[in-house]
Amino acid sequence: MFGKIIARISLLPLLAAAALAHAGLTIEIVGSGATQIPVAIVPFAQENTLSQSITGVVGADLARSGLFKMVDTAGIVPPPSQPNDIRYPDFRSRGADAIVIGAVAPQPDGKLNVQFRLMDAARQTQLAGLSYTIAPTQLRQTAHRIADVIYEKLTGDVGVFGTKIAYILKRGKRFELQVADADGFSPQTVLASNEPIISPAWSADGSKLAYVSFEKKKPMVYVQNLLTGQRKTLASFKGSNSAPAWAPDGSRLAVVLTLEGHSQIYSLNADGSGLKRLTSSPLVDTEPNFSPDGQWIIFTSDRSGGPQVYRMPASGGAASRLTFDGGYNVTPRFAPDGKSFAFIQRSNGSFNVAVQDIATGQVQVLTDTRLDESPSFAPNGRMILYATEIRGRGTLAAVSSDGRVKQRLSEMSGDVREPAWGPLVK
Amino acid sequence: MKKLMLSAVVLGLLAGCAGQEVKDKAPVEDKTGGVSTSGVEGQGLGADELHDPNNILSKRSVYFDFDKYDVKGEYQPLVEAHAKYLTGHQGASVVLQGNADERGSREYNLALGQRRAESVKKMMNVLGVQDGQIETVSFGEEKPKAECHDESCWSQNRRADIVYKGE
Repeated sequence: MFGKIIARISLLPLLAAAALAHAGLTIEIVGSGATQIPVAIVPFAQENTLSQSITGVVGADLARSGLFKMVDTAGIVPPPSQPNDIRYPDFRSRGADAIVIGAVAPQPDGKLNVQFRLMDAARQTQLAGLSYTIAPTQLRQTAHRIADVIYEKLTGDVGVFGTKIAYILKRGKRFELQVADADGFSPQTVLASNEPIISPAWSADGSKLAYVSFEKKKPMVYVQNLLTGQRKTLASFKGSNSAPAWAPDGSRLAVVLTLEGHSQIYSLNADGSGLKRLTSSPLVDTEPNFSPDGQWIIFTSDRSGGPQVYRMPASGGAASRLTFDGGYNVTPRFAPDGKSFAFIQRSNGSFNVAVQDIATGQVQVLTDTRLDESPSFAPNGRMILYATEIRGRGTLAAVSSDGRVKQRLSEMSGDVREPAWGPLVK
Repeated sequence: MKKLMLSAVVLGLLAGCAGQEVKDKAPVEDKTGGVSTSGVEGQGLGADELHDPNNILSKRSVYFDFDKYDVKGEYQPLVEAHAKYLTGHQGASVVLQGNADERGSREYNLALGQRRAESVKKMMNVLGVQDGQIETVSFGEEKPKAECHDESCWSQNRRADIVYKGE
């Protein structure tokens, strides 16, 4: 008997932070914010004995946000690690508005004590000071937490440096669903397959990813637990199953099925039971996305002739049209505050990320790349991650919600697509 | 008698093929039905017609304009020919695979591919083919035939393919 030759797939659990991290995606800034806060980050005492620099990661995080300018502290000797050691004129003469100092102390049990302070350079006061006791494997994660505190104190927004991003990497004929740190480091493969994978979607608590896999030769929706690596098939109905979207409370998902012929939106319970049809238009309804309060679903519909963005109650019902610019507006995704949504607008053959304010209907096109897809908000609503193509290669990019900060995230070994920014995890 | 001769021919071919990999055009399916590579008589497929390059039935692809899913006039004879074949061979069935070019949303392209497959199905229904002989699936933009990034490749990917089950 020949037996079944199935697509070779492997499912893997997400591992705890590795001792030696490497970059999967390299991120470069190609546009910065309107104003940049000059911050001086002084190397922490004893951090040069560690396998991983803390201030290197903190500085890279802040620089990558496009909102900070790094002030060079090389000539300041000895480098201060306590507030009383700071000679403020040294820093003010270099233009610094804020100073970061700190120290690392190895403990007898092998742990590390990391403490840092954020100082206001003009007022000579402390803005923040924290101390952490960590295992050496948590150095990068701790640096991200420090960067979050600095970012929050100086910009007023929640920091997202400790979050994760999911995306699909295609190398030759091989597809991998990967989860990496938001800075592109430590990518881990949670699914590898010889068939396409699309539409990853994070549960609100960050523990699960729903996605679409073609491994059974047609699209089906799966939900995978990132901690255990286990997964279950959520939707494998007749026809195509795709576009999973989580309700914020995690109890249900919306999906798109063609079991009645054309693509329509359905909801089902997280265990796969309780199938309910939500839309009934004669053409295409797809790409559902729940509002953060769980009350609404925005989606793409052809019902007026070409694809436009509509909104309906999360339990289904009458839909109202939201987009009116041009003939192709797709992939709507709510901002975390629910007041606007990102989407892809086609205009003159160019596909761009745009944001629309729900109350006013005002639209701002944010990108000047030309083949954009799959916008995904950072959980603080400040950046939008998306897929695009640069010189024929699939690349990720990010743009700030005001269009000014621009990043490119490149993976040299293949094409990257379908990004999804993970939630803030307490 | 004919079957015996056919088997002999197959054996003869195989003898010269030691060490050659079997190349599949289509994805490999579970063959628990006990299929042999030559014996398709049971399904009454009349394999010659479907694969004769001089016969319109060997053409399997309907191409579409950008963003469109309606079957253009130039492809109607093709769809009619396959519809006629299917009504004449009740044991035969097809999967209609819809595809889209790479531009724009993957999920929307999955839906667009589905609409292209459904358009061909509707035309076949009108010509008398039963639903039970047709399945429609979409690959969206995920299985492109041509992978460059301009219209010369995009036009090849905006297509619905007619694939006979058992091929």
